[in-house]
Amino acid sequence: MLKRFKILTPSLKSFFTEVGELVSFSIDAIKHLFIPPFETRELIRQAYVVGNKTLPLIATTGFIMGFVLTIQTRPVLADFGAQSMIPGMIAISVIREIGPVITALLCAGKISSGFGAEIGAMKVTEQIDAMEVSGTKPMNYVVATRIMATTLIVPILVFFADALGLLGSYIGVSIKEQMSFKLYITQAFNSLEFSDLIPATIKSVFFGFFIGLIGCYKGYNANRGTEAVGDAANSAVVTASLTVFIIDLLAAQLSELFVGF
Amino acid sequence: MDKDNVIEIKDLKKGFGEKKVLTGLNLTLKRGENLGILGKSGTGKSVLTKCIVRLIEPDSGSIQVLGENILSLNSEELNEIRKKIGYLFQSGALYDSMTVRENLEFPIRRTQIADSKSEVKDMVEEALDNVGLLEAIDKMPSELSGGMRKRIGLARTLILKPEIILYDEPTTGLDPVTSGEISDLMVDIQEKYKTSAIIITHDMKCAKITTDRLVLLKEGAFYKEGTFDELSESTDTEIRDYFI
Repeated sequence: MLKRFKILTPSLKSFFTEVGELVSFSIDAIKHLFIPPFETRELIRQAYVVGNKTLPLIATTGFIMGFVLTIQTRPVLADFGAQSMIPGMIAISVIREIGPVITALLCAGKISSGFGAEIGAMKVTEQIDAMEVSGTKPMNYVVATRIMATTLIVPILVFFADALGLLGSYIGVSIKEQMSFKLYITQAFNSLEFSDLIPATIKSVFFGFFIGLIGCYKGYNANRGTEAVGDAANSAVVTASLTVFIIDLLAAQLSELFVGF
Repeated sequence: MDKDNVIEIKDLKKGFGEKKVLTGLNLTLKRGENLGILGKSGTGKSVLTKCIVRLIEPDSGSIQVLGENILSLNSEELNEIRKKIGYLFQSGALYDSMTVRENLEFPIRRTQIADSKSEVKDMVEEALDNVGLLEAIDKMPSELSGGMRKRIGLARTLILKPEIILYDEPTTGLDPVTSGEISDLMVDIQEKYKTSAIIITHDMKCAKITTDRLVLLKEGAFYKEGTFDELSESTDTEIRDYFI
């Protein structure tokens, strides 16, 4: 037993060291979100880059997600004569769960890895040091702006994914039966309550924050050498994706506790 | 601090874990002087220059830069001193996502030393003209050769008209011709702007052209100093090895 514990000790130590460093980096990053100078121009540029880079991917995936979900569930519901429940069911599942999680996972893959690689390369090629020497705080200019950009943009991307998911679902329904878009949307929104949107939006904000934070952390702490850039990008995707699931799990528990579902 | 000295370093120590890199270094840089630093890899040459601008925090010792104890300055005071120090990084450290023009505008905008757009434009063009690369103004760093990147890096270093320049291996990775051109440029800069500089180099041709005095480091501390000619005639094998 003691031997097993001894084997586990180095990996546990390294895990907790990393968690400690991430927490310390997060505190520093959050502090810099509120400490002047505020890099508004860079924030707008990063928000544009993040949105522009991921919107086509999110839109396509959202559309396919709604379409496939409808095609797959329709036969089962048809067996019970409950096809009319499709719009409501799809709306609830897309808006509450699938839209935010799929968007966050795509952003983890696209944005977090991008930040990891970009900041890692900046570190390796001494661009971060050059920035610091020229009187710019990299935590403000590089890190805080990116975290703020993802925190603001991911919920907007989730909104797009949800909207296109519903459009895909409507087209999936239209293939098999006659239904107007107005009726589809009315049925979908009749099943939704305002309280369905709140937990989904809050968790999207957290997804965005952690996707930005983890990408920046991995890049900022990349070792010297070109191999480290790849490692930073890879590690950012894995950690950010895992974090998305953990936040989703916590959000489900908290929603149940506070909102009652 | 002697007023002829722009940098005075006393008993500087820095280690990384068990490894002691600087082990009590003493060094001075005189006004208007180009000081070369020689030493084997791992003797702490780059660590020394990074300690001077506090990119790395030393473990102990003192560093006086332009009369200020750099280790006791707060963030704002440190930024003020950093405006007076130019740092040419080994890789040039150009920002990949910006054009050459934006790279040069970056320190001007951050330090807010220019009052108008036309002044910023003039400063950028003057800096590029100094390094003979005005035509590269709208290129991206990825479109530049190694020598051009070094020159642009130098132009960016010069743009704030620093009193002190720290060169970290300015000719590493360049062919002998380009290396000679960069060395000549460093001398021109010293003459034109009356700068003082610390030049870390392994390139003896560059050391011969650019330095007024050379300091040899050994195991993280001062070992010997002299002019290029004095050291090249030394009978000490530790020193002679650099001049073979």
